[in-house]
Amino acid sequence: MITTTGLTKVYRSRDRETVALDGVDLHVREGEVYGVVGRSGAGKSTLIRCVNLLERPTSGTVEVAGRDLTALAGRSDRAGSALRTARTGIGMVFQHFNLLSSRTVRDNVELPLEILGVSGRERRRKALELLDLVGLADKARAYPAQLSGGQKQRVGIARSLAGDPKVLLSDEATSALDPETTRSILQLLRDLNQQLGLTILLITHEMDVVKAICDSAALMKGGRIVESGKVTDLLATPGSELAHELFPVGGEPSGEGRTVVDLTFHGEAATEPVISQLSRTYNIDISVLGAALETIGGRQVGRMRIELPGAFEDNVVPIGFLREKGLQVDVAPVAGDELVKEGAK
Amino acid sequence: MSWAEMQPLLSQACWETLIMVGWSTLIAVAGGLPLGVLLVLTDRGGLLRNATVNKAVGVVVNLGRSLPFLILMISVLPFTRWVIGTTIGAEAMVVPLSIGAIPFLARLVETAVREVDGGLVEAVQAMGGSTWTVVRKALLPESLPSLIAGLTTTVIALIGYSAMAGTIGGGGLGDLAIRYGYQRFETSLMLVTIGVLIVIVTAVQLAGDLAARGASHRGRTSTTPRLRLLRPAAATEAS
Ligand SMILES: Nc1ncnc2c1ncn2[C@@H]1O[C@H](COP(=O)(O)OP(=O)(O)OP(=O)(O)O)[C@@H](O)[C@H]1O
Ligand SMILES: [Mg+2]
Repeated sequence: MITTTGLTKVYRSRDRETVALDGVDLHVREGEVYGVVGRSGAGKSTLIRCVNLLERPTSGTVEVAGRDLTALAGRSDRAGSALRTARTGIGMVFQHFNLLSSRTVRDNVELPLEILGVSGRERRRKALELLDLVGLADKARAYPAQLSGGQKQRVGIARSLAGDPKVLLSDEATSALDPETTRSILQLLRDLNQQLGLTILLITHEMDVVKAICDSAALMKGGRIVESGKVTDLLATPGSELAHELFPVGGEPSGEGRTVVDLTFHGEAATEPVISQLSRTYNIDISVLGAALETIGGRQVGRMRIELPGAFEDNVVPIGFLREKGLQVDVAPVAGDELVKEGAK
Repeated sequence: MSWAEMQPLLSQACWETLIMVGWSTLIAVAGGLPLGVLLVLTDRGGLLRNATVNKAVGVVVNLGRSLPFLILMISVLPFTRWVIGTTIGAEAMVVPLSIGAIPFLARLVETAVREVDGGLVEAVQAMGGSTWTVVRKALLPESLPSLIAGLTTTVIALIGYSAMAGTIGGGGLGDLAIRYGYQRFETSLMLVTIGVLIVIVTAVQLAGDLAARGASHRGRTSTTPRLRLLRPAAATEAS
């Protein structure tokens, strides 16, 4: 539904260049919720703004719903009518809502329809229908200043849906909201995704958002996508940084000469008493350093960090046993840099 | 001088002031509004980035603003004669007043429009709106309270300028005050004239403030100027 190839964006100021995007290949499938995470300055906003060409990429192409927007945009700095028409089919919601304070809630939702040239009566009908959909039918006559943050974002979402878009872009839509409101907005986005088959590309810095609604995710660093894929696949990928961020297990090793192992349980394995089997079979003492269990994408996933006595060489057989049981096993480096680094965090 | 003698003089002068201020306000809006918006759009980071146009308009506007009104009024006399056919009377004075007010208002419009949150511009663009749509649906409506405040300031400045214009044959209240009060020592008429000017200026300010507040829907964090009931200093200064 959304494909970018070799997308780069370089900001030039008088004496220096900032590479905000450095060859981004993004692929968002139709009907999925795709989350992009990354530190501040990683280029997330630049990426999403390039998708509807609010930002002109320096090179590379953007394709939305099978149309090459970069070709539509041409070379001119200003958006031609072809690009503008394409944009009407792409909804966008913003961190700071960006509602017009001079218009009522209903008139805000009508604005995209005015741009599309829809007649007054039809606009009104559609706006009220959309406000109903986001649960704000009773606020149609209010002004944005009279709404709470969560309500404003609902209006923003209703407005973004006015042109019947196939794709919704969301840049930190919940970052200005409290946790409770965030949950309700995410639920709304999830419902819209399922009811309308809307493809959603969302930017966030909160891993909880990805956990709550994303089918797929990508991690951005320094203008590049360093990891991407379905969330469930990522969790099953050994050494995945996203999986670790999504699902951190803590715990310090108790001393020298021990092996620390991170286990990830999926599906069947999550219900088997693997640890006690391991302990009995090899007659070893196992300490659990940390553990967590969560539901991601409707599946139960467990993570556990355990410690086995002896160095890695002594534990090759028990680790093999764990792998055999269908667990994903990540061995932490011996008294390794990574553990030291994590300790410092 | 009795009230019966003053009354026709006053109503005639009020009428002349109204013509001068009314017409030049209309022309100032027609010229200053587009210029102000153009200044914002062509600026760096604007939707119609264009350094040449921006510089050119900026220079013209600054030139118009830095010229003292009296000098402007005299220097455009040939132009006034060409447009109106005469250089005397309220109608003729509309020309220099308009030329003075256009750059004045343009700067105020520029400031007002610049205050509009860039996020709104982006939102309209993301919906597929053109630059013209951005101006019409976002920039102007969102800056309306500040625009009204700017217009109020312009009208009050024009009342002041029109009094000055009276001295070179424009008529109006300023002319009345000078002719009778200064040259014929009719202190009572001068006082009444000044009183009328104060009332007019106060009324304009009041109406402007009310309109600006009415146009603002931003709740408590409004940027609309607070109600300034009386500003005697400004009022007398303008006359
Ligand atoms: N208009 C601009 N001009 C110059 N540099 C810019 C501009 N916009 C962004 N950048 C730079 O591009 C890089 C990426 O910025 P971007 O806003 O995409 O980051 P982000 O991942 O969205 O960060 P955040 O999480 O803080 O929103 C940053 O180094 C930023 O300074
Ligand atoms: Mg950002």
